[in-house]
Amino acid sequence: MSLDKIGIAKRISKEIENGMYINLGIGIPTLVANYIPDNLEVVLQSENGLLGIGPFPTEDKVDADLINAGKQTVSMLQGSVLFNSSESFAMIRGGHVHLTILGAMEVSENGDIANWKIPGKMVKGMGGAMDLVASAENIIVAMQHTSKSGKSKLLKECSLPITGIRCVNKIVTNLAVMDVHPEGGFILRERAPGVSVEEIKEATEGRLVVDGDIPEMKID
Amino acid sequence: MINKVVKDAIKATEDIKDGSVLMLGGFGLCGIPENGIQALLDMKVTDLTCISNNAGVDDFGIGLLLQKKQVKKMISSYVGENAEFERQLLSGELEVDLIPQGTLAERIRAGGAGIPAFFTPAGYGTEIQEGKETREFDGKMYLMERWLKADFSLVKAWKGDTAGNLIFKGTARNFNPMMAAAGNITIAEVEELVPAGELDPNEIHTPGIYVQRIFEGKNYEKRIEQRTVRS
Repeated sequence: MSLDKIGIAKRISKEIENGMYINLGIGIPTLVANYIPDNLEVVLQSENGLLGIGPFPTEDKVDADLINAGKQTVSMLQGSVLFNSSESFAMIRGGHVHLTILGAMEVSENGDIANWKIPGKMVKGMGGAMDLVASAENIIVAMQHTSKSGKSKLLKECSLPITGIRCVNKIVTNLAVMDVHPEGGFILRERAPGVSVEEIKEATEGRLVVDGDIPEMKID
Repeated sequence: MINKVVKDAIKATEDIKDGSVLMLGGFGLCGIPENGIQALLDMKVTDLTCISNNAGVDDFGIGLLLQKKQVKKMISSYVGENAEFERQLLSGELEVDLIPQGTLAERIRAGGAGIPAFFTPAGYGTEIQEGKETREFDGKMYLMERWLKADFSLVKAWKGDTAGNLIFKGTARNFNPMMAAAGNITIAEVEELVPAGELDPNEIHTPGIYVQRIFEGKNYEKRIEQRTVRS
């Protein structure tokens, strides 16, 4: 059984460590916030100028002046802080944010990521993604292993315009957990429950490094 | 104290001309100069270059200026919420410069702070790098980005005083403070205008030196793009 979006989010939540400042992208990464273990103290950063993102507000607390980077209304927590966009990206570029989790359309075996543009089709812009991937020390990509048409999204080289080069450390898909090899290749670390190494190989266009027995992911 | 107060949005924006380069504060629809945008619509100025993180939505914010074809060029980081924008871009009617959000913020900050250029890692190795100087610092590659300035900056604050000092609320701060400093003429609209001396100097975000004109805005809609609640 391949994982659903919640499964991917749950598996990524296991990468979170106590004391981390974390930036979560839009989509599956946002879901990760729901599965952060209660015993960990972490702070979520929103690049539009908020550290300490709280849960969605109750109806009576909705405030148009308090949104996250996905333009959703949010709340603040005790200890939250607000700042301007320049300061926000100083935190990101300056390496003060410990972990960045974001979605992707393609990842290459040397860690390049493409997630901002489909020429002639989608021109939404890169938002903060280029700043995040160029600066973060620790980048986890959350995505489906293949496109809707069944094409691998883990490639030798990205075919779409890239967002950043040699920046992805780890990828969690519906099929597998992989680390990016410093010399190129996706090192297979874990399989989704019931998914075989062969199936993962089949779905991976780039070089898949399989060393020894590959355990199944543990997801509660 | 120098009094920066003007009567309303029309008075504040009366010398914005066709072809002006504008900065407009806001992230999404949060913290946008609603009154200033309405004045631009009323004055029907065209050929504007608008520097703003986003381009509004189809029927609000900068989207209204796009509908009326008043914008020649947009300089933004993310424009995904606006179908009219995407249509004008793909058809070639609108010039667009898409810039990484942190680079955009820092270019504006640099413009206000007198820093003509700086190096950033954002966009290195991507198509953003085209035509830009690159340089290695301590083993990592960076590309050079130039400052951005504007003829007029339209910013929105929560509270302001007659001396032009500004306080923002929540995440409506975003690009507004840097844009205030990077505008040759900065027009601040505020929800509540108070006499100089009423704001606590410890809590002012943008000093009035950056603000040339200030007025109390009217009828703020403060539209929400994604209303998300918990039960």
